[in-house]
Amino acid sequence: MIDSAAPIARFWFEFRQSQIACVALLIIVLIAALALLSPWIAPQNPYDLATLVLMDARRPPGHVGAGGYVYWLGTDAQGRDLLSAILYGLRISVQIGLAAGAVAFVVGATLGTTAAFLGGRVEMLIMRFIDLQLSFPAILLALVLSALLGQGKVQIIIALVTAQYAYFARTAHGAASAERAKEYVEAALSTPLPSHKVIFRHILPNCLPPLIVVATVQVANSIALEATLSFLGLGLPVTEPSLGTLIANGFQYMLSGRYWISIYPGVALIVLIVAINLVGDQIRDQLNPRLRR
Amino acid sequence: MSEVSRSSEVFVTVEGISRRFVPHVSLGDRIAAALGSPLEQRAVRAVEDVSLSVRRGEVLGLVGESGSGKSTLGRMICGILVPSAGLVRIDGESVMSGGRRPRKTTTRVQMIFQDPYASLDPRMRIGDTIAEGPIAHGLVSKADSLAYVQHWLRRVGLDPDAAPRYPHQFSGGQRQRIAIARALAMKPDVLVCDEPVASLDVSIQAQILNLFLALRQELSLTMLFISHHLGVVRHVSDRVAIMYLGRIVEIGTADAVYTDPQHPYTQALLASVPQLVLEDDKMVSFKPIPGELPSPMAPPPGCHFHLRCTFAQARCRVEPPVLRPAGAQAAACHFAGELQFTR
Repeated sequence: MIDSAAPIARFWFEFRQSQIACVALLIIVLIAALALLSPWIAPQNPYDLATLVLMDARRPPGHVGAGGYVYWLGTDAQGRDLLSAILYGLRISVQIGLAAGAVAFVVGATLGTTAAFLGGRVEMLIMRFIDLQLSFPAILLALVLSALLGQGKVQIIIALVTAQYAYFARTAHGAASAERAKEYVEAALSTPLPSHKVIFRHILPNCLPPLIVVATVQVANSIALEATLSFLGLGLPVTEPSLGTLIANGFQYMLSGRYWISIYPGVALIVLIVAINLVGDQIRDQLNPRLRR
Repeated sequence: MSEVSRSSEVFVTVEGISRRFVPHVSLGDRIAAALGSPLEQRAVRAVEDVSLSVRRGEVLGLVGESGSGKSTLGRMICGILVPSAGLVRIDGESVMSGGRRPRKTTTRVQMIFQDPYASLDPRMRIGDTIAEGPIAHGLVSKADSLAYVQHWLRRVGLDPDAAPRYPHQFSGGQRQRIAIARALAMKPDVLVCDEPVASLDVSIQAQILNLFLALRQELSLTMLFISHHLGVVRHVSDRVAIMYLGRIVEIGTADAVYTDPQHPYTQALLASVPQLVLEDDKMVSFKPIPGELPSPMAPPPGCHFHLRCTFAQARCRVEPPVLRPAGAQAAACHFAGELQFTR
């Protein structure tokens, strides 16, 4: 008899077959750990303006500061240690990416599965609205919303969720429409179980595989979108810099040879997003029955 | 005895029930229709004006080819599908609530589906699947649900310790037993079985059929047994209804329908069953019914069977026959009781 934990064990076994995905996962775990622990491991608190020494502003990597402290990645225009700023920036980016991804997942999956379950006019209304929204670029929507809502973590999460829930809703709707026609749903209806139980206990769990794939991609997209908004000055304030803010701050010094202020946060951002996407690709390949060996 | 009086009581009534499936009309077609192009409305008439009644404790077999509407009828009786017209009552109580969005209200009728691989939620432990309905309807408390599930698992011949397993860990026959346990745990009075053994191995079929018969005795269940398999239906049914293209063409006791069919379709259906009996040392040739089931989108006028009927007359092509007594049963044929079938 196969153990009930077998699907997960098997998934993990297959996942380990891909070295790239494993390295990517390791990087994600590492970055997540660094981001989470940044207040304890970062050499400097970039939010504490009292610790900044303007004398040390825009110093190149490896510069030894006034207090004998080595700035391994250099400093930015305010004399902030870039390594610390990147660690704190990663923390914010990961927080926002995960929060926006999770909320968009819940909202989108609920809308998509409910539409597929109810059918008829309700389904048409919900899905046409989502199609309409998908026809706008996500960045445009996020841009307008964050301009309206103002700066701040909660505001930017709201903007990201609004821009991205539609992808979850589309995917959930497609998967749920297929599940809706299956006999186990008819069986639940014939019991009869209340609609919300049929949707959330039966249809939604069976729609999870494609949604998990979308979720990994959308978390990476949320992080990139947040960085874009911050770069454009609409995301987080300079006093609480995310990676996008850091890149924007250094941008004006790029041509004067002080590349490190923009490049290092940019590298951190790219590594994080690429790693998430690689893991997402691997999960997608494994969950796609057509690619099953 | 009370047994006799109970079995004469009409328990399930189906009153003039119909179901049409109207295909979705796209926006483009609707605009075209508004501009004057003829709109082709091709509704599938899956079930057309069917009335029948089942007595308490009785097993009614429902036989028909694929596409005859038997599954649709079963789903309407169970309350999964909303009838386009007509009403289903169990013990005088309507299966569906009224209103703009009718939904099933009663738990007194439960269903067993054809494919036990599809009818169990693959991501739910079977114990939860069985307990879900009874908990939702207050038949058992959450705390007592495990004992309740184990009781029903034992009742259908499964290991009571199997509750925490997932459907994929069981064979087809075991899964069908789980599906039966799920239906029975709702303490139904009526069980609608839609081809419950069609997807099982022959050796397993017999086990499941015997389980049905045993449970029917123990729980005094009223059953609607849908199948295309004539032998299976005869084995389990007290009465049999034969369906053709959405209508009932013959209904009566199993013995009467099988030994003395009154409708040409029933007769042809019985003659088409391949048998392994040798007659005069020769293989008995079986006669397939000529032609195919007409499209339910455009059923022929008059008697639906006239295109394939060897006895068809001019009247059959225009006037739809109604069910009327013929022999010991009722048949929907203009010439029921008059035809001489060669066997």
